Amino acid sequence: MRTIQLFDSRFLLPVVALALILLTNLILSPEFFHLEFKDGRLYGSLVDVLNRSAPCALLAIGMSLVIATGGIDLSVGAVIAITGAVCANLLNSSIDSISLIVLAGLFVGVVAGAVNGGLVSFFGIQPIVATLVLMVAGRGIAQLINDGQIVTFQNPAFASIGVGSIFGLPSPVVITLGIFLLAQAFVRLTAMGLFIEASGCNPKASSYIGIPVRTIKWSVYVMSGLCAAVAGMIITADIHGADANNAGLWLELDAILAVVLGGASLAGGRFSLPLTLIGVLIIQAMTTTIIMSGIDPKFNLLIKSLIIVTVLLLQSPILRGQIRGFFARKHKAENSAVVESQS
Amino acid sequence: MRIIYLLACLLAFVGCGESGKQADHDHGNQGKKALVIGFSQVGSESSWRTSFSESVKAEAARRGIDLKFSDAQQKQENQIKAIRSFIAQGVDAIVVAPVVETGWKPVLVEAKRAGIPVVIVDRNMALDDDSLFLTRIASDFVEEGRKAARWLMEATGGTCNIVELQGTVGATAAIDRMAGFKEVISAYPDAKIIRSQTGEFTRSKGKEVMEAFLKAEQGGKNICAVWAHNDEMALGAVLAIKEAGLNPGKDILIVSVDAVPDIFKAMADGDTNATVELSPHMGGPAFDAIEAYLSGKRDIPKLITVDGGVYTQETAAEEYAKRKK
Repeated sequence: MRTIQLFDSRFLLPVVALALILLTNLILSPEFFHLEFKDGRLYGSLVDVLNRSAPCALLAIGMSLVIATGGIDLSVGAVIAITGAVCANLLNSSIDSISLIVLAGLFVGVVAGAVNGGLVSFFGIQPIVATLVLMVAGRGIAQLINDGQIVTFQNPAFASIGVGSIFGLPSPVVITLGIFLLAQAFVRLTAMGLFIEASGCNPKASSYIGIPVRTIKWSVYVMSGLCAAVAGMIITADIHGADANNAGLWLELDAILAVVLGGASLAGGRFSLPLTLIGVLIIQAMTTTIIMSGIDPKFNLLIKSLIIVTVLLLQSPILRGQIRGFFARKHKAENSAVVESQS
Repeated sequence: MRIIYLLACLLAFVGCGESGKQADHDHGNQGKKALVIGFSQVGSESSWRTSFSESVKAEAARRGIDLKFSDAQQKQENQIKAIRSFIAQGVDAIVVAPVVETGWKPVLVEAKRAGIPVVIVDRNMALDDDSLFLTRIASDFVEEGRKAARWLMEATGGTCNIVELQGTVGATAAIDRMAGFKEVISAYPDAKIIRSQTGEFTRSKGKEVMEAFLKAEQGGKNICAVWAHNDEMALGAVLAIKEAGLNPGKDILIVSVDAVPDIFKAMADGDTNATVELSPHMGGPAFDAIEAYLSGKRDIPKLITVDGGVYTQETAAEEYAKRKK
């Protein structure tokens, strides 16, 4: 069992980046840190950051596992759209049981993940292509289910998945936290995490020492699909409707970015769920900060990409080495200059 | 890369296969001397687009026009193929609602050579040669912004702190609606836009941005009205305002553009206040222009704008009953 070392050097940079983004708000909009209890729930921009990052966080948890096996799952955004469409249409049908509808939503995620995983691990199709199929087709499926419309529903019980609160926190935050803890326990309290990393690092060697590489790869896609389904239900519940065109659009890219910001390697073999979550928070804190600050929306994407490039550059071992080398040389040069002047 | 390309080709092929089928399907009830008009629609990505298609079909049926409808599923290749097939079938005229602005010249030259007039509806095409199309039928986005502003200024007496939910950055509809709105409120010194951000024309982004606005403006006490560039974002803002414990439509007024069915329900419930209709009824003016041209008229203006009305809570319930499917 590995414990999380908070002051592990891998943690330092993402945490500092997140803190800097949050601190920017002290200057731009001090209301950002205002927290209050309203109708029995915590209310404020910081809570919004957590709440709005929930769908991306769920995707990123699944994505971390997939990326750790050396794969990638581009279909999660489309799975969100399908799950939303299925749930919204079931809510408008004669089925009353919310738990049945939630189960149906989860089932959609499992099926999507099983198809992706099957294509990748049993048919040997490259992950980026295998999941691209569902990424493109999935949105079409969702539009077919929705008949090209935004399907809305009036169901306070289902809507509470997105807008309700548990223990004074928005329910998406609590759900995401629960799934994160479950996933973290699953990969770190068992050998699963090690197997996943081994499958990503060297599938051949792993399979020789008896790790069921194919099954592991297949199961991470199923988990990713499952996480996407939960995210899909949160997004659908949040706006009381399923928007097949826009629900989860490009969210898979944000999730991949979060995993990378968390220091994982896209080649597989290394991942950290807590770091991924910090990556997600960096992305969402940026978005909320931009909205709160009143910057012209034309600059939104430019600012976001500049910050991300900076963080990624600072994480790059080559650049770090060069910076270290530069200072070391300067130091050496100064030293030798001193030595020369002394002689 | 090659696999992705193959995949794209395959998808395009499947798409055009379907649109071709659709066109054949409508072919059956051809009258003796009825006009045959091909209509290439973008797709069915929003409820507004669906009402647009329905309106054109209904207008064609009313006039006894044989309309060959083709749904391009958001792909220009499909639209170009549909236009080519219309040319091959020798239709009397072609109506196109283009998905993007560029890349139309070659196929329009083909239509011109075949002597078939082309009418552009809704979005624009970037063309340097006016003779390639008969006319363009479009909504006046600037006027929509003006109408929304005029309604709001009348409702508030010209004193109002407005937050703006912009459409997708760079979209013509967003730029023009913003300009029209600003133009009108600039005459009122006590009316100003205090915050403006993009909600990307979607409900969930509209909600997210509104949540942040409410927090940035002292829990919404500072905000008198929301001006949303489309109904979807307005509906998202309604959810955010309700969750903040305020009363949308009363504590904070909401005005938007589009007039989709859902906004009439919201207005009837008192959640939003007004919407400016983005008229989906572009079929009528398009057919008028074609009929005039075919009967020998040549002085048809190159741009015909269609106007939509402003709808408020008073008529919302009956409009909703009329519009919902």
